[in-house]
Amino acid sequence: MARAEFILEPLTCPTCVKKIESTLAKAKGVESAKVLFNSNKVKTEFDEAITNSEKLKLTIENLGYSVLSSKES
Amino acid sequence: MIKHINKHRNHITAISSILIVSGFALPFLGYESYKDTALITATIIAIIPIAIKAFQAIRMKAFSIELLVTIAVIGALYIHEYTESSVVTFLFLFGAYLEARTLEKTRSSLKALIDMAPQEADVIREGENLTIPVEEVVKGDRVVIRSGGKMPVDGRIISGKATINEAAITGESRPASKAVDDIVYSGTIVDNGYIEIIAEKVGDDTTFAKIIELVEEAQESKSKTQKFLDKFAQYYTPAVVILAIIVYILTRNLHLAITFLVVACPGALVIGAPVSNVAGIGNGARHGVLVKGGEVMDRLSKVDTIVFDKTGTLTKGMPEVTDIKNFSGLEVEELLRLVAKVETISEHHLGQTIVKEAKKRNLNLEGEIINGKVVKGNGIKAEIDSLVLAIGNRKLMDAENIQISDEVSDYAIGREKAGNTAIFAAIDGQVAGIFSITDQIREDAHRALAELRKNGIKKMIMLTGDNRHTAELVANELGLDEFQAELLPENKVEFVKKLKEAGHVVAMAGDGINDAPAIATADIGLAMGEGGTDVSMETADVVLMADKLMQFSHAYALAKATVRNMKQNTFFAVAVVFVLLAGVLSDYVHLASGMFIHEASILIVILNAMRLIRFKSTNSSPNL
Repeated sequence: MARAEFILEPLTCPTCVKKIESTLAKAKGVESAKVLFNSNKVKTEFDEAITNSEKLKLTIENLGYSVLSSKES
Repeated sequence: MIKHINKHRNHITAISSILIVSGFALPFLGYESYKDTALITATIIAIIPIAIKAFQAIRMKAFSIELLVTIAVIGALYIHEYTESSVVTFLFLFGAYLEARTLEKTRSSLKALIDMAPQEADVIREGENLTIPVEEVVKGDRVVIRSGGKMPVDGRIISGKATINEAAITGESRPASKAVDDIVYSGTIVDNGYIEIIAEKVGDDTTFAKIIELVEEAQESKSKTQKFLDKFAQYYTPAVVILAIIVYILTRNLHLAITFLVVACPGALVIGAPVSNVAGIGNGARHGVLVKGGEVMDRLSKVDTIVFDKTGTLTKGMPEVTDIKNFSGLEVEELLRLVAKVETISEHHLGQTIVKEAKKRNLNLEGEIINGKVVKGNGIKAEIDSLVLAIGNRKLMDAENIQISDEVSDYAIGREKAGNTAIFAAIDGQVAGIFSITDQIREDAHRALAELRKNGIKKMIMLTGDNRHTAELVANELGLDEFQAELLPENKVEFVKKLKEAGHVVAMAGDGINDAPAIATADIGLAMGEGGTDVSMETADVVLMADKLMQFSHAYALAKATVRNMKQNTFFAVAVVFVLLAGVLSDYVHLASGMFIHEASILIVILNAMRLIRFKSTNSSPNL
């Protein structure tokens, strides 16, 4: 189990939260995804055998949110 | 390409506004025929970023407000309403821009905190001075901090001394003096001096990082109202689309149906409650009060009864031995040495006070302790130097069948009436001495309690394990409504439970592990953070980082203000929805004006919440 945290451009609509969370949750290998609306962060847990933080970053960007930085742990 | 467009959103908004203005100006200059061209161009360039977001969402099977706007605008173009279409797209983009700007402001308290985190650290490795990024500091590193520098990690001072501004942790801006063996925290600033520390906690483990994380999580955790509104929005938005279709089928009026789509977006309703919370929690964090989430805010505002622990909460929690009365044939120092040696195995603060006193007098506390036994809430028993010692309160003496003569008893009561805790020390079944320990009332207690009462607390009760006389003295001094003395931790829990059953909303304020059960039982558990011990920070609902009771009264007033603010926002948002719907159905509100009211209402709720950032409880001290 690996964890990654992404910092996004400022989020403005609470619906974005649902959008990002449900999309990530549906992605293969993702165990959990949580969007922190007020700190513009996405916290994810995933199986590193199936996916990686680069892929997750791409998924978020494809939704239309630019990722400013990411951190793995 | 898409990134490019997103980056230039603000430019697009500006261009669209210029086109709209020129579109309206052209007819007056005699170019009537260019008006539509200008407005259509404005619509098209402004709809591009909106449509892209809508499309990206659809691809991920998500429903978005951008989709509603895109449909509405395409519809408006179809029925040749170019003015409306251009104004709607412009307002949407401009509104989003303003929202982002103002939301950033409401989140600024947290950002200000995060910005306090240092970036670099000066370390000494193998005799070499290095400047490295703060992420690379590891446990055990020797870190140097000079005057004006920020602490990069949590650690213990090994040389030097300094005055340190701990506002980042405690909200208290008056510098504290620290010297060798003191703990310093990441994010605090050396006001004056020079220190070298050994790193003990680094990265995400530092107290500062934990505070940030707790605040972040608190801002996300939702109140009941918020959860309800989220659910409401979830059904509301699709329902609006269906309603719009029904309106179209019934009236065959595409214009009306499209207007309906745009104005019914639940913007202010969804954002109103969360922004109040974020601003409120942020304000608390800046003042050294961690309020863990919207739910806690809500409950805290309803509290009418406060239960205080005495020691460490109403008093400073730093007791001192004020007197040792000797009834034995031993030297006073010898008596202290024996008692302190037994107390070295005690974790009770009174026991530790005696140990501290012995250490202060340079007494040797080495040696074997046999059959040491802590009698919870009563004292301690052990054998040393072939003597049997029992140290504790009256209950312990009774339990051990140790006679307390009238002389001893009178003396003890006299000490207690003067505000001391009297500790009996018995050697081989005889009372050998009485240790008097006092703990002073916190300086801000009077003012904080007065303010809490003014803000609506009906009942204040003190519970303590301490003796009745000391308790009475403190309770009278502070004008409390009630006190209970000589309680065990489980008695405190029962008492809190009874209060809750009687219908009170109870907050319990305590400082240590012994209060943890009662803190957990109360509606609101409040812990004195003492610079942030992990246990208290994690179990309590509210943490006072600087151990100041004034922070409690600030938190209470803040909770009331936040909940009031949230109610205002919700009420306003619901009213706007009704006004808009009524306006649309009675043909007073059209597409552009509907969008304007919609965006304006969002901004109004955000601006209303921003008032909380600057919220100050009345008469609060300048450093709060």
